[in-house]
Amino acid sequence: MIYKPVIGLEVHVELKTKSKMFCGCSADYFGKKPNTHTCPVCLGLPGALPVPNKKAIEWCVMIGLALNCNIPLFSKFDRKNYFYPDLPKGYQISQYDQPFCQKGFIELSKEKKIGITRVHMEEDTGKLLHQGDSTLIDFNRSGVPLVEIVTEPDFESAIEVVEYLKKLQQIVRYLGVSDADMEKGGMRLEPNISLRESNTTNTTNKQILPIYKVEVKNINSFRFVEKAIAYETERQKEILESGKTPIQETRGWDEVKNRTVSQRIKEESMDYRYFPEADIPPIRWVESQISNLKSQIPELPDAKSNRFKNELSLSIYDSDILTKDKETADYFEEAVKVGKAHDINPKQIANMLINKKINIKNVLPGHLIQSILTSTQTTAIDENELKKIVKEILEKNPKAVSDYKNGKIQVIGFLIGQVKQTFKQPLDTDQLKKAIEKFINTH
Amino acid sequence: MNLNQLTIKQAQEGLKSKKFSSIELTKACLKQIKKLNPKINAFITVCEKEAIEAAENADKSLASQVFDPEGSDRRGETLEARPLLGIPIAFKDLFSTKGIKTTAGSKVLNDYIPVYDATVVGKLKDAGAVIIGKTNLDAWAHGSSGENSDFGATLNPWNNEFVPGGSSSGSPAALSADMCIASTGTDTGGSIRLPASFCNLVGLKPTYGRVSRNGVLAMVSSLDSIGHFTRTVEDSAILLNVTAKKDDFDATTPGVDVQNYTKNLNKGIKGIKIGVPKEYVTKGLDKHVQTKFEEALKDLEELGAIMEEISLPHTEYGIAAYYIIQPAEVSSNLARYDGIRFGSGRENFGGEAKRRIMLGTYTLSAGYYDAYYKKAMKVRTLIIKDFDTVFKKVDAIFAPVSPTPPWKLGEKINDPLKMYLSDIFTVTANLAGIPGISVPMGFSDGLPIGMQILGPQFSESLLFQIGSAYEQATEWHKRKPTL
Repeated sequence: MIYKPVIGLEVHVELKTKSKMFCGCSADYFGKKPNTHTCPVCLGLPGALPVPNKKAIEWCVMIGLALNCNIPLFSKFDRKNYFYPDLPKGYQISQYDQPFCQKGFIELSKEKKIGITRVHMEEDTGKLLHQGDSTLIDFNRSGVPLVEIVTEPDFESAIEVVEYLKKLQQIVRYLGVSDADMEKGGMRLEPNISLRESNTTNTTNKQILPIYKVEVKNINSFRFVEKAIAYETERQKEILESGKTPIQETRGWDEVKNRTVSQRIKEESMDYRYFPEADIPPIRWVESQISNLKSQIPELPDAKSNRFKNELSLSIYDSDILTKDKETADYFEEAVKVGKAHDINPKQIANMLINKKINIKNVLPGHLIQSILTSTQTTAIDENELKKIVKEILEKNPKAVSDYKNGKIQVIGFLIGQVKQTFKQPLDTDQLKKAIEKFINTH
Repeated sequence: MNLNQLTIKQAQEGLKSKKFSSIELTKACLKQIKKLNPKINAFITVCEKEAIEAAENADKSLASQVFDPEGSDRRGETLEARPLLGIPIAFKDLFSTKGIKTTAGSKVLNDYIPVYDATVVGKLKDAGAVIIGKTNLDAWAHGSSGENSDFGATLNPWNNEFVPGGSSSGSPAALSADMCIASTGTDTGGSIRLPASFCNLVGLKPTYGRVSRNGVLAMVSSLDSIGHFTRTVEDSAILLNVTAKKDDFDATTPGVDVQNYTKNLNKGIKGIKIGVPKEYVTKGLDKHVQTKFEEALKDLEELGAIMEEISLPHTEYGIAAYYIIQPAEVSSNLARYDGIRFGSGRENFGGEAKRRIMLGTYTLSAGYYDAYYKKAMKVRTLIIKDFDTVFKKVDAIFAPVSPTPPWKLGEKINDPLKMYLSDIFTVTANLAGIPGISVPMGFSDGLPIGMQILGPQFSESLLFQIGSAYEQATEWHKRKPTL
């Protein structure tokens, strides 16, 4: 039997708002002294009330819009009730049945679309620090705004999952709403994985979902998500092949042992007793507010890459590299503008940026163009001088010349190198190559 | 009259004209507390030291003021901005007071000292009020009699064998027994209006969101209303002028304009349309209460009000809906009291709190939510519609506060359902978020009973106008218990 993975994803992204989700404390908690970014609200002290952060809600909606979601005009917060020492109120303020954003998608390469079920807003918890026998709690992270992005079970491979994750990370960074830094916990991944027999599609050609799913938590890198999926695929395949069905459960990724381990089975699953959060009035949008947020969304990576390809005649490869992050793309466009005045085309700039691995933080676009100009000028050297040296080198290396003539054309690289060494000025490789070929062909 | 028996208005005038000082006023209250609190048990914490210090400061501020009868002296404006300067007020022990123990009437918070003031506490302090102490209550505000307090029941000053009503039990008892000049309370299902009526006081439950809930320990977030007890309707309006406002720390306080609530007090009620819900008169109403209520209606008619029978058909489902929504939210709101960061462990919860946590946890559980919570919310919507429809026809509604006069201590404590039913006339105002004021309506066998005036959201000014007219005509409020 051939099995195909069926994978869905839940991704948490921490927003980089100045203040927390429901209080005025600074949300910039990473590496700060424990419990210095706290107040009665994020400590859950008696009587303290949450007041929602408008910016965070707007950013959540912008993420939804960037992921092609519908934004319902009515939305609300709910309480997710459970006990854990890092959750000071005994409930997390989240969204249950009426999230800010619904039904979107991200398009991967090869035109595959991954459905987005929902994008909702919630608050982060505190952090437990285990020290020997005792456990300490740091509430600096408590109440930091989190956006959860849930997909349909549309992934069929780890490759798709990673492509999706990179795109998602790129989009939230383009929006400027999150650093989505995996190492700092700014982006957290929870894939749910199951296997189906590869021929199980129904008449409408829609895949039939397996009757179980396994959720994997504690994954903090794209590499581990690949590994976890590979591990789970193998593990579940073995179970299925033995005629059994894997149990529905939550497993954790053990990065030391490179395997998933069972954490909680379905029978023990939590009943979160969701109900509307009465401390926060429901959110009612008017269309103009949504369109206003839409207008604040910058050109996103896919659109930018297409534009570079179509309008600036770059290759797909170059466009994708240059639009990987917004800073590089902006830098490139600035350089193109400056370059235009000097007859430097976008392709030359792209080559320079990509091949020479220019650090855009240290070189101004104007200076970049200047250096391209200088390097092109250096090729305008004395033709006779060049000819003389080429002749000299070729006569010194008759074996290489005859090899070349016999079809071993890669030997030209060696000859180019020899000329470059002798000729003190920088040379344009293309021009030099042509000169060598010409000499060989005419002698 | 003793200083501790004054109204806010009288105290303001006396302090202003220097007939007495804040320290004299405060000490008169403290003396009464010392004398009667051991018996009545109105206070959990008496803030003698803090109160005397605040009173001394108030006297300094008062001394620096020159009160020009023409009102031209600029320094006199300070008192305008601080209308409660030097006046002792007691706080229900559910209001967070910075540096002063706040127990919620529960052993769980036996030694909990808040690091911040509730918004209302801050506002009253800024207005010059002297915090005289923290008053007793049913633990977590769960109850209608005060008997659920982990610090012992409070007795009714009118007759010590009877309950003062709850959950705000200590606040009205303290005021009624002349231990303070006013006191605060919270009303989630009737917890201000009911005890006010049992202690011959004026009790205000403002519109939901009119007064900030920030810092007041939450019982039911969607129902809690922050109000107060006073000796007169005028005092009630004076306090609301201080406490009402949108608060940046409470997202449920809307930006609706705050009126000058004392403005319409003497306008009279000629031509005002008052609805009398027929459902309230038939619901097992005590005969004495009914007789008194009918008398009150006559009094109002004589004052020029136009009476009209109205119907609030979903009233009978009010208690049922309330006892789904309320425990549901209670179960969630009490989750933070886990003894990890402050307070004592959960084993210290009393029986009533445990009952409500269990009920609420059950009704919110998967598979039951739709049948209970969701349905209760639908009933809530119908109750809101009932009131909306009625307020298109009448300006305000009149009803008894409690179906019965005060009951004896111990009478209902072993029958929770019976206890719950005492809120039958009050809970609908909470479910609808509308304001209500309870005013004295006479006596039954020497025990006070009260009526409530309900109005549309943010109609507090009208409620004060009607209440004041009735109060001035009947003067029930002037009667004092024999202490």
